[in-house]
Amino acid sequence: MTLPGFPDAAPLAGLAGGILIGLAATLMLLGVGRIAGVSGITARATGISDSGMSRSSAWMFLLGLPLGAAIVAFMSGGLDAQFASPVVLIIAGLLVGVGTRVGSGCTSGHGVCGVSRLSQRSVVATATFMAAGIATVAIMNGFGLEVLR
Amino acid sequence: MIKRILPPLLSGTLFGAGLALGGMTNPARVRGFLDLFGDWDPTLAFVMGGAVIVMAIAWRFQPRMAHPLFAEKFALPDRTDLTAKLLGGSALFGIGWGVAGLCPGPGIAALVIGPASAAIFVVAMLAGMLLVRFTERSQ
Repeated sequence: MTLPGFPDAAPLAGLAGGILIGLAATLMLLGVGRIAGVSGITARATGISDSGMSRSSAWMFLLGLPLGAAIVAFMSGGLDAQFASPVVLIIAGLLVGVGTRVGSGCTSGHGVCGVSRLSQRSVVATATFMAAGIATVAIMNGFGLEVLR
Repeated sequence: MIKRILPPLLSGTLFGAGLALGGMTNPARVRGFLDLFGDWDPTLAFVMGGAVIVMAIAWRFQPRMAHPLFAEKFALPDRTDLTAKLLGGSALFGIGWGVAGLCPGPGIAALVIGPASAAIFVVAMLAGMLLVRFTERSQ
């Protein structure tokens, strides 16, 4: 199925992926009693953060991320992906690392778990990082900066 | 012991599968979504929408449960204050997200899709997180 006017969009795959993410976050909430926030869990697993779930649980969650992606890639015969150059990836990674720690979360913790809870902090954080991301892409495109290879 | 291993592993696996299926492990898809004023790709709105709807239902069950299924108690954020750190940090994160089209979950999940690129991103992200940790400690 395609969306009228958006021939490249994949709405059904997107919705199915979103439902899986929602079920994953549900299992974390109702099963483990925690927020499925990837930046926080990453900081916990690596010992950068001292609070949160047990470190073994954090590592298991992180291990699952590439495992789940590998299962989908295997079943669909490979996945398309275009990445930026190493220098751009380093700049972006540093910004994401600093920003998610200072801002207490990322797309998963604030964007999925917090917004669905109508947490005031998460709604504001999500609006902020969405606006910043949209502005960044608009400005880069305005300067004709093509980063993906 | 099994309770500390299986639920988070299954959650992470479902999460990673959802990210890959929804196209979030492809930075081109993510940047296409953020390109609202250009050649916009609405796919990620469906990813976010699907995830938020399922989680909104889960949040209705949570207060009715005395404790989580596999743990003794809930440990959930309870802050409501809007701070400059929340706004500034989220803005920095959003800029980084827009620059390369990767956020933490897809970055880690993509370790099996574009291993070299994803690893560079993840290591830089950890360096950024460490930087915050040392800066906050020295204050």
